[in-house]
Amino acid sequence: MYLADRSAPAGAKTAPDGGPVRTRTVASTVLALGAVSLITDVSSEMVTAVLPLYLVAGLGLSPLGFGALDGVYNGVSALVQLTGGHLADRVRNHKLIAGIGYGLSALCKPLLLLAHSLGPVGVVLALERTGKGLRTAPRDALISLSTPAELQGRAFGVHRAMDTTGALLGPLAAFFILNMAVGGYDAVFGVSACVAVLGVVVLMLFVPSGAGPGPAAAGAAKPAGAEPAGVNLREAAALLRLPRLRALALCAALLGLTTVSDAFLYLLLQDRTGLPEHWFPLLPLGTAAVFLLLAVPAGALADRIGRRTVFLAGHALLLAGYGLLLWAPHWSALPYLVLVLHGLFYAATDGVLPAAVGATVPAKLRATGLAVVGTSQALARFGCSLAFGAAWTVWGADPALAAAAGLCCCAAVAGFVLRPGPPAPAPDSATDAGTGTGRLPRGTR
Amino acid sequence: MTRSRRLLVLAVAVLLLGGLAAALVLRSAARAEQTHEGDPTVARGRVLLGQPNRLAFLNGAKGPHRGALVSVPGQTPQAERTASGLTCQRFHASAGTGVCLNSSPGALAQDNKAVIVDSDLRTLHSFPLAGTPSRARVAPSGHFTAWTVFVAGESYGAAFFSTRTTIVDTRTWAVEPDLEKFSIVLDGRPYSSGDVNFWGVTFSKDDDTFYATLGTAGQTYLVKGSISRRSVTTLAQNVECPSLSPDETRIVYKKRVMRGASLWREHVMDLRTLRDQPLAEKRSVDDQALWLDDRTVAYALPAEGAPDTTDLWTVPADGSGAPRLLTPAASSPTRLG
Repeated sequence: MYLADRSAPAGAKTAPDGGPVRTRTVASTVLALGAVSLITDVSSEMVTAVLPLYLVAGLGLSPLGFGALDGVYNGVSALVQLTGGHLADRVRNHKLIAGIGYGLSALCKPLLLLAHSLGPVGVVLALERTGKGLRTAPRDALISLSTPAELQGRAFGVHRAMDTTGALLGPLAAFFILNMAVGGYDAVFGVSACVAVLGVVVLMLFVPSGAGPGPAAAGAAKPAGAEPAGVNLREAAALLRLPRLRALALCAALLGLTTVSDAFLYLLLQDRTGLPEHWFPLLPLGTAAVFLLLAVPAGALADRIGRRTVFLAGHALLLAGYGLLLWAPHWSALPYLVLVLHGLFYAATDGVLPAAVGATVPAKLRATGLAVVGTSQALARFGCSLAFGAAWTVWGADPALAAAAGLCCCAAVAGFVLRPGPPAPAPDSATDAGTGTGRLPRGTR
Repeated sequence: MTRSRRLLVLAVAVLLLGGLAAALVLRSAARAEQTHEGDPTVARGRVLLGQPNRLAFLNGAKGPHRGALVSVPGQTPQAERTASGLTCQRFHASAGTGVCLNSSPGALAQDNKAVIVDSDLRTLHSFPLAGTPSRARVAPSGHFTAWTVFVAGESYGAAFFSTRTTIVDTRTWAVEPDLEKFSIVLDGRPYSSGDVNFWGVTFSKDDDTFYATLGTAGQTYLVKGSISRRSVTTLAQNVECPSLSPDETRIVYKKRVMRGASLWREHVMDLRTLRDQPLAEKRSVDDQALWLDDRTVAYALPAEGAPDTTDLWTVPADGSGAPRLLTPAASSPTRLG
């Protein structure tokens, strides 16, 4: 089940001389983007960690309506992602669009200090999500374009592991500051802004712009005529005629429709296992820790045995998690087991999907392609969240059963739709794999 | 730019931003210890829940006693505050029993707990909480206490926000961990749904009846409940955070002005006729109000110009008059004695 892996285990097969060394290299661009994401996630998770308390204790607001807004933001953010992806391909400067996204989010942190009621706080958070939506596709395109086709999974794994590290460090930093300065929410927001700016600085300094052939030549004059012109909407739309991309988008959407949001999962987990209440805030940390540890191995595995296999296996693991929650045996290890499965699901899907897309879409439409698949997944998850909420309302907590059953069917459908195509490689992907390999500045290290 | 030049720029950026961040934290830490000119004065002393004719609340004034439970004479609420050593996010007391919802930054996540205290503020019992403190009430007899916390989902992808309301018998320490397990009669018919949230409990003197908000399917209801029968019945729509008057004939509550908007007006409802009357307070109030006596209610509003604190206001409970400032930089008022 090799996806664009006609050249697959390149490291193992074609480089017996320096195989292990070569396969271990991750493009400096990926590390730089990983660092940017790590820093940015520290910044944004600092805010997320203290926001409920700030709203309730600091501003005396009730964050009840805030949860509903959160869902809407995620829907909007998915659509912004599409815009960001297409813009990046259009202006042929992924770094610029990603930079604008990171910059916008950085700008929002000090603005939080000026927002004293739920309305303005909502607007600032919407802007923050817009920045996140804008940057996602161009950033993933930069990762994808700096990595040869056969190593995409590992590259995304490295990026996601660094990203999650940031998400784990953010709350630690926030609580450290609140321990130093009692009630120092302004200090948390201020430091968060400083950290976010640092992320933008690292992006500007160490990430080459997407149009350039590599970090070393980023600033060099581009040979006239060699660079294709920016893409237009028609070309972007033509992307949907790529059967492989269409299949991926469909698969991501179908599976997304069955992915209940983390919050629901944790609530079910606590409900079914009778976990003590004060453990609740720690549950996401468990998922994140497993994700962090296994993102790289899962990505590397996806490169070797096929991304679809790993992506589908990830959802199968999630299904197993649902099954355990429904069954609810009286095992003391049950909560840990479900969290491990949940973390494994993220490790096997979050970076693996863009890796599969990256190996499918031609370089000049990379960001658009990533955005199309990312958006369909995000909107499907948003839809699932709403549907699950509605099902929960009407039928009670057991609609998890329906969701799990749906997941099962969809996985089957997706597996069928994405069955290995005929061995003849699509010409686009083949060239792409070639340029991708050339892009890795191996000679420079 | 060469590699070394880039590293140099990075080093400079780290130094500048790190310095700025450190300065922000230090300034905030120093300010936490500084009192602000014009703020009410606070002195450390002894707060007893049984002291007659005194008002207690959480001190919002900057300085070492920020967040502490303080008390003032009921007649001169803007006089110097006597600060206890107890800090809380929410507090309420009755008949010598107090409930303090406390949230402190732990190592990995917020550490939230509910502490039940006696008249001398000694801890009787402590319960870990599942989320951010929101509302707290003690029954007039002191025999029951209830609190509501927000149980948030994770940051991204959580189109969901849930509350959890707990009732504790302070004589036996029997815990009703989640009102959602009570049976519900909605508009006269038994109702069950996964999407049920309760918040803002207020107790009657009879040690059984309580009122609270039920939120389900996008609508909020006033419910009347019985602790012994473990059941609630809806009485009216669009009622949040009720507070029962001392004579138990009316509730003051916040009424959502427009669906979907976070704007509430304070109303008073007669429990016999279910007729309601808007109060003279025109600003949006997001608090569970407190009856100072049968004619006056008190509530917190965000302080103007100071984002992280609230002021306490009062308004007549019959819709007449105008709001008056009770005391600045304060929250969670409670009558002592």
